[in-house]
Amino acid sequence: MSMRILVGCKRVIDYAVRIRIKPDKTGVVTEGVKHSLNPFDEIAVEEAVRMKEKKLCSEIIAVSCGPTTCQETLRTALAMGADKGIHIEVDGKDYETLQPLHVSKILAALAQQEKVDLIILGKQAIDDDANQTAQMTAAILDWPQATFASKIEKENGNLKVTREVDGGLENISVKLPAVVSADLRLNEPRYATLPNIMKAKKKPITVKKPSDLGVDVSSRIEVISVEDPPTREAGTKVESVDELLEKLKALGRI
Amino acid sequence: MFLSSRAKLNQCGYLFLRRFKGTLVIAEHNEGKVVPITYSAITAAKQLGSEVTVLVAGTETSSVVSEVSKAEGVNKVLSADNEAFKGLLPESLTPLIIASQKQFSFTHIVAGASAFGKNLIPRVAAKLDVSPISDVIGIKNADTFVRTIYAGNAIQTLKAKDAVKLLTVRGTNFAACALGSSGAPSEKAPACEIKNDISFWINQELSKSERPELTSAKRVISGGRGLKSGDNFKLLYELADKLKAAVGASRAAVDAGFVPNDMQVGQTGKIVAPELYVAIGISGAIQHLAGMKDSKTIVAINKDPEAPIFQVADLGLVADLFKVVPEMTEKIDQYISK
Repeated sequence: MSMRILVGCKRVIDYAVRIRIKPDKTGVVTEGVKHSLNPFDEIAVEEAVRMKEKKLCSEIIAVSCGPTTCQETLRTALAMGADKGIHIEVDGKDYETLQPLHVSKILAALAQQEKVDLIILGKQAIDDDANQTAQMTAAILDWPQATFASKIEKENGNLKVTREVDGGLENISVKLPAVVSADLRLNEPRYATLPNIMKAKKKPITVKKPSDLGVDVSSRIEVISVEDPPTREAGTKVESVDELLEKLKALGRI
Repeated sequence: MFLSSRAKLNQCGYLFLRRFKGTLVIAEHNEGKVVPITYSAITAAKQLGSEVTVLVAGTETSSVVSEVSKAEGVNKVLSADNEAFKGLLPESLTPLIIASQKQFSFTHIVAGASAFGKNLIPRVAAKLDVSPISDVIGIKNADTFVRTIYAGNAIQTLKAKDAVKLLTVRGTNFAACALGSSGAPSEKAPACEIKNDISFWINQELSKSERPELTSAKRVISGGRGLKSGDNFKLLYELADKLKAAVGASRAAVDAGFVPNDMQVGQTGKIVAPELYVAIGISGAIQHLAGMKDSKTIVAINKDPEAPIFQVADLGLVADLFKVVPEMTEKIDQYISK
């Protein structure tokens, strides 16, 4: 059986950017800031492309929810090897309060519409750090979930997944259809080559709205404030091991 | 006389329960023992201001139930034994939690923000059609919570509008609750059909270590790419053993294969806040700082004076770690408090 795979692609502020809080404390400055595909989603896309290269997958559908700029993010996934993109357009206020619960409902609806067998998502987005979407999508569909995956193998029609858990690793097996969330060590994502970037421009992106899928995106939380974390006092440099140990002893730390 | 006052008491108790429906804490346990983050989750639950019920699900729960019932502030323990709970798969646990929620109408459901809690809570939340709140670091009141976003570089305060609030809480921000001598009453969790034929637990490959557990250790020594090889980590282990410290690592050290990934400290690894954190050969990328910057005292040892780690370190030593770490191990006996 050849699988149809849905991959989630979130557009986030690039991981290397030092973020700034808005002066009115309503959020983080995003205008004019470099954005890219969420690093965990890049890993999810790479895994899907590898499955296609192993002939385990027949089609990869990349999805992104958000403003028009998300189409750039989808192009990145298409350049890496996804076959088609779906952009779920969410703007303005709705986008500011768009949460994993909403995205999960959208992904679940698409999974059924597109008859996919596997959904691969990043384990968390590096902006909201929620780590929820895969689990919630699996719940809505009543599919099994294999979160924080560092290895995925197809075995007797099931997926055998190695998960990164607190004390080490855990192996589970899930029946298809299933939802998997990718951890950092699942793979090393490829760079899109220029010819592939050019080819990606010709791949189709369909635009839909949450309402087309019957999903209500009204907010479930109210953000009261977003603030800078407390800054640490500047420390001191010591010259020698003895000085370091003396100071630690004086502080009562050793 | 006695009967009527008892009836009154019951009535009061009933009204009390009706008004304050309480918080359910999902206990995490492994090999018959409570995982310490459960006690932090109980502390968080107590801050929500109503009764605390703890749910223990597993294949053999009796030792965990007797342990967790001693936690101060716990009013009741629910237990559920079932072979289907082997490996604590979320596909099996979710129907049990939903059944408990149906019976008791909790206002909050809480678990620790560990791999277990992060895996489970969002699945339960979606089944209840509510938006969960991850990795909470502070509770302002029953519906207002504080959490970090952008790898700990921003602090978000939010108000949850859903009727039931599902939270995972960061263990390092809630002290473990005390353990008393008397136990809270326990009862069987509501019966429900648990049939899971979609996911199967195979096995665990846990890293064995004699050292303290990373997330609860008072002292942590971490190594980065500067260690150059896995063998060189033994310099850190020698120092750690003298300090009774846990050993952590940066993502660079894990990716280079020096140490297993469960030692990683950072945004995508573990979050620690020990009394003493010693970063050795770690540059201090944003993602690493996210996992350790709430430590009480941070020491950095790095040969690059420009390394960002020095901006958060209380004490910094610009030096070659291969010279100074053995020197520290040798001299520390003279300084350490017995």
